Amino acid sequence: MDKLILGQYVPGDSYIHRLDPRTKLVASMWFIILIFMASSWWTYLVLLGLVFVAAKISEIPISYYINGLKPLALLILITVFFQLIFAQGDTVLLEYGWLTITLEGIINAILIILRFVMIVMMSTILTLTTTPLEIADGIESLLRPLKRLKVPVQEIALILSIALRFVPTLMQETEKIMNAQKARGVSFDEGNLLERMKKIVPLLIPLFISSIDRADQLAVAMTARGYRGGDHRTKLRQLEWTNQDFYTFGLFGMVTVLLLSARFII
Amino acid sequence: MEIRFEDVNFTYQPGTPFENKVLHDINFTIKDGSYTAIVGHTGSGKSTILQHLNALKTPTSGSVWLGDLEVTSNKTEKSIRDIRKEIGVVFQFPEAQLFEETVGKDIAFGPQNFGVSEEEALKRAEEILPVVGLDASFMDRSPFELSGGQMRRVAIAGVLVMEPSVLVLDEPTAGLDPKGQLEMMSLFNGLHKEKNLTIVLVTHQMEDVANYADHMIVLDDGKIVGDGSPRTVFQKEKWLRSIQLDVPNTVEFAKELIKDPSWSYDKLPLTLDELTQMIIKEIDHPEVERKDKQVRTDG
Repeated sequence: MDKLILGQYVPGDSYIHRLDPRTKLVASMWFIILIFMASSWWTYLVLLGLVFVAAKISEIPISYYINGLKPLALLILITVFFQLIFAQGDTVLLEYGWLTITLEGIINAILIILRFVMIVMMSTILTLTTTPLEIADGIESLLRPLKRLKVPVQEIALILSIALRFVPTLMQETEKIMNAQKARGVSFDEGNLLERMKKIVPLLIPLFISSIDRADQLAVAMTARGYRGGDHRTKLRQLEWTNQDFYTFGLFGMVTVLLLSARFII
Repeated sequence: MEIRFEDVNFTYQPGTPFENKVLHDINFTIKDGSYTAIVGHTGSGKSTILQHLNALKTPTSGSVWLGDLEVTSNKTEKSIRDIRKEIGVVFQFPEAQLFEETVGKDIAFGPQNFGVSEEEALKRAEEILPVVGLDASFMDRSPFELSGGQMRRVAIAGVLVMEPSVLVLDEPTAGLDPKGQLEMMSLFNGLHKEKNLTIVLVTHQMEDVANYADHMIVLDDGKIVGDGSPRTVFQKEKWLRSIQLDVPNTVEFAKELIKDPSWSYDKLPLTLDELTQMIIKEIDHPEVERKDKQVRTDG
């Protein structure tokens, strides 16, 4: 469970921690668009620089980012493998039967690794420096314009924050039930795939039952405290834009202009 | 089976900002055939110790001896799995672990994991039901249609059916009504007396400690601060309160009584019986008798 870095907030008071969650959300998505705008070696270097500067000022040890990349290592390797084999190119470096490896293939593979690493790192920065509740608030605020289209933004936000709120609870519960079943002789990390899937049943059923119970209790508790939902609710944590956020957007705007000009002018 | 902790330290998530040392140089021995109570306020490290008792957690440093098996930080899951048959653990609110369609199948789950055939496991399940106060008619019922107390009995049967030689109980009476609590504790006491089962009880109920345990371990902030018989530990009433614990009502009552110099006791009364004996003995004392008669003539 400790390996699951996504959604693991590391408390701190760095520049990145203090940014508005909306800024961090928008910036993370903006960054993905930027990556696909990159066209030459030096633009990749600029983006890589941006990621490392952001990681550096987040004041979180680099080992956290490496841990965040580990679960995706296999996915990256598979993509790289296919890229190497199937990429079309003129400069053939190696030819063996149906297998051809070209210089272009290798370059593409390296670029794909770079893209993956950058995207994962940027979203890891978001999740390491922002509490799940801040993320939910940010999403709610960003979705607000959709209310005009009769999208139930508040309800979506409520579902989201309840779901996020109960992730740690559910993880604790999972550990407790796993322990109880281990004490009855289950070993979750043994056996082939089918056997392992069977072992999940004694874990999942108790989890479902306790989750349904908990949902029921939560609904009663919310009703008892007069929850009605809808437009009239106020917020405990008000989101406010600060200068930091404008600087961040300014930086992203500059990088965007730079990449665009690299693409069309140079 | 004897359980021995030797300089056990345990740290959660070592080497991260979340690092949290919860056990500090723990040393104690639980003798074979004893009834040991582990007490301590919430967050004192009780549950972490409990998880070391059947190697669900391995110590960060030091070693835990479970019989002849030494559990250290580098033990593999495979090498310690079989010990879990010997040391049965009933977790807090054990009814949460039920998952099968029928009570019988759920109880038979444990033995099957340790290589007993389904048929044999079901037979054992049926035999164990009366031990926890249920009858064979429960075998084919769904565990989810039972009452909370019955569900807990089924869950406990699911641990007892593995025929462990040590039974570890984590607040087994939490959430039960007074009658259910008494029945539950008598059940465990019966197993301790008749089958010579070693029992480790983690609890907040000092009455249960006084009534059943012959050995008591007190934890505070991940350290052992008291280890001895309940009678010696409960002597230190003020100290126990200072670490957010309590003494049984009987001890409190007796301590109030001896504030009057005409009362005394040879040994601290722990159970209601012992307290009654003490009072009867003191009433036989002539001085007290006189006072008693005076009251009657006045009336």
